[in-house]
Amino acid sequence: MSTTADTASTVGTGTYAPAPGAAPLTRMIAAQTAFETKLLLRNGEQLLLTVIIPSLLLVLFSTVDIVDTGSGSSVDFLAPGILALAVMSTAFTGQAIATGFDRRYGVLKRLGASPLPRWGLMTAKTLCVLVTEVLQVALLAVIALLLGWSPHGGVGAVVLLLVLGTAAFSGLGLLMAGTLKAEVTLAAANLVFILLLVAGGVIVPLGKFPEGAREVLRLLPISALSDGLRDVLRHGASMPWGDLGILGVWTVLGLGAAGAFFRWE
Amino acid sequence: MHSDCPAGGPETVVSIKGLVKRYGDKTAVDGLDLLVRAGTVTAVLGPNGAGKTTTVETCEGYRRPDAGTVRVLGLDPVADAARLRPRIGVMLQSGGVYSGARAEEMLRHMARLHANPLDVDALIERLGLGSCGRTSYRRLSGGQRRRLALALAVVGRPELVFLDEPTAGLDPQARRATWELVRELRADGVSTVLTTHFMDEAESLSDDVVIVDAGRVVAQGHPEELCRGGAENTLRFTGRPGLDLGSLLKALPDGSSADEVTSGAYRITGTVDPQLLATVTSWCAQHGVMPDGISVERHTLEDVFLELTGKELRR
Repeated sequence: MSTTADTASTVGTGTYAPAPGAAPLTRMIAAQTAFETKLLLRNGEQLLLTVIIPSLLLVLFSTVDIVDTGSGSSVDFLAPGILALAVMSTAFTGQAIATGFDRRYGVLKRLGASPLPRWGLMTAKTLCVLVTEVLQVALLAVIALLLGWSPHGGVGAVVLLLVLGTAAFSGLGLLMAGTLKAEVTLAAANLVFILLLVAGGVIVPLGKFPEGAREVLRLLPISALSDGLRDVLRHGASMPWGDLGILGVWTVLGLGAAGAFFRWE
Repeated sequence: MHSDCPAGGPETVVSIKGLVKRYGDKTAVDGLDLLVRAGTVTAVLGPNGAGKTTTVETCEGYRRPDAGTVRVLGLDPVADAARLRPRIGVMLQSGGVYSGARAEEMLRHMARLHANPLDVDALIERLGLGSCGRTSYRRLSGGQRRRLALALAVVGRPELVFLDEPTAGLDPQARRATWELVRELRADGVSTVLTTHFMDEAESLSDDVVIVDAGRVVAQGHPEELCRGGAENTLRFTGRPGLDLGSLLKALPDGSSADEVTSGAYRITGTVDPQLLATVTSWCAQHGVMPDGISVERHTLEDVFLELTGKELRR
């Protein structure tokens, strides 16, 4: 009774003959990472946030005496803070906004029906953040060195701080993207970015704030990251355990809450 | 019975028994049963809110049934999702693409996630997406978005595709192109489940039609069987006015009726089959009547649909 479909050709050409199968996992994750990174680097608003704003702040505040950054060269104070800002802009603000809109436009849902597993998608998103951060750090380091930056300390401690900071901010960004409406995420992620930029020891030393506020502000992830990076890069500290501890707590809270409350649709 | 279905394939690709799905206190699907045969096109028809999308999305693994069992290619769509996903193609009712991605690069990306994807250039050509291949998704027209979503569903060379309203918002040409692709998929042994509001689409494209209303299957079968079954049909002809229809009515089977609608325009209703047609024409011959413009009005799928689901507008 295969008599339907008025003009149906009953003999196929074989073009669409089923040959299903997933690509190898590593190839899927590599493809997803490359694709998301390409989309991110092509997005003007994302570049403004992750590249242009940190670079401008670094140049402006290093060359013009706007904020009293204490003794020593101002770029030595600013460069670690701007690196922390760069991590926050990519791992938190950029990721929250991009993932929020991916969710809104059904991208997360559609990819959920593709051969790429969900954890593979999250791995690719993380790798995309890390690739972007490497580019940011390279660019900002070159600019800072041209402005006379003389970094100290060990690479290991810096990398550990950057990785833990990335994890903490990713958790918070994904929590926001996975629970709020995309428009709310867009507004809130930008607002948080500006508030933490001002109050998180990035360009304004925490010492400028009243003592009571300072004790609270230094528990923020951005303060811990900029303070930790400054301890190492400016003062040559070996391992800023206090700041690493604060970032660790934020990581557990952020990723834990994101894992529990993230909604894919 | 299906020489064109792949050898050795299981006869049933989707098997749903007693599916119940609730959202809060609203029951979207209420004890639905459905079988989809391998190598066929099955159209799920129903008014808005009938439970079509919920049913399809349960098959795709997006929804967990509250009761009943769902098997797709013999697998549990939730528990066996990792094994099932590479084998099915999914076209969502809307969205699914990065707003900043270009049509062609999104399709190439989806192809990279599969082991043996289709030739992307040929698929772009086939669906007429060439002119907008470098256009970002947010700037595509509604019809271009539907065609891209269709391409994304088939690029991985699936065994079974789920198309949720594949031709909504398409112009007639794009609609034809979509139909042709579905027919080609069928000819190559791919099974298709699609939802639609269009009767002509279900009628001309599918081997099986499933009419769903209020979360249940209210009718199922080959489109022609559905149109034939139960519903009465009409035979019309014109002749000289004032014919005495009494003797005709005696010759017709019980349950038939005959009347003169307007002067010289006659209407016979009942089960219109070749036998009935022969009775009418021989009666005309006996009475020296030339039945001009004799025509049989078959019930369309739309009549069946409205009969089963009611004519009032749904929310």
